[in-house]
Amino acid sequence: MQTKIKIMNHYETVFILNPVLSETQIEEAVQKYEKFLISEGGSITSKENWGLKKLAYPIQNKKSAFYHLFEYTAIGDTIDELEVSFRRDERIMRYLTVKLDKHSLAWAEKRRKKNTVKA
Amino acid sequence: MSKIEEQNSGKKEGEIRYLTPLNIDTTNKKKYCRFKRTGIKYVDYKDSSFLIKFVNEQGKILPRRLTGTSLKYQRKVSIAVKRARHLALMPYVADMLK
Repeated sequence: MQTKIKIMNHYETVFILNPVLSETQIEEAVQKYEKFLISEGGSITSKENWGLKKLAYPIQNKKSAFYHLFEYTAIGDTIDELEVSFRRDERIMRYLTVKLDKHSLAWAEKRRKKNTVKA
Repeated sequence: MSKIEEQNSGKKEGEIRYLTPLNIDTTNKKKYCRFKRTGIKYVDYKDSSFLIKFVNEQGKILPRRLTGTSLKYQRKVSIAVKRARHLALMPYVADMLK
């Protein structure tokens, strides 16, 4: 049997948190996933908080939600575990994880620079 | 379009004649792929204000026959729009989107 080689990949996850949560509860949830990624051997490149955004259509009868974006490197197996915990978490309404290739990485970097200039 | 006298001289039954020549612009503008022209390599699903250019008022993805996008990027656009819809950044169904 060949031993499985663990390759670190770049990923990006957007998740939507329930709008009924308080500031501290959101902070807690975000930190929980951040810690989880780090404990699994990943490293976070950037975090973005889009704040309370209006949804294009209602989800669970809610018209707005908190958007958060993580950009990180991790081993592929971590993603499965992360998504399982997202599914189990009642606070998370939606999530999307995308693997970043070289073009999207370049785009993400450009985007980060643009955001830092704005801020 | 010919002048009115010319039309009258060579008139045929049932042919429509116009008082002034119709001004129909037949030189249609060449469509182009905006991704190829501007050198965008990645279509971002997070940028809903950009993706809105590729959907109609009901939120349906426009065919590349209308937008002029090349096939390579049309595929990426359609994936990006679908991802944006999942995250409620764009609507699945809408009315008067623009």
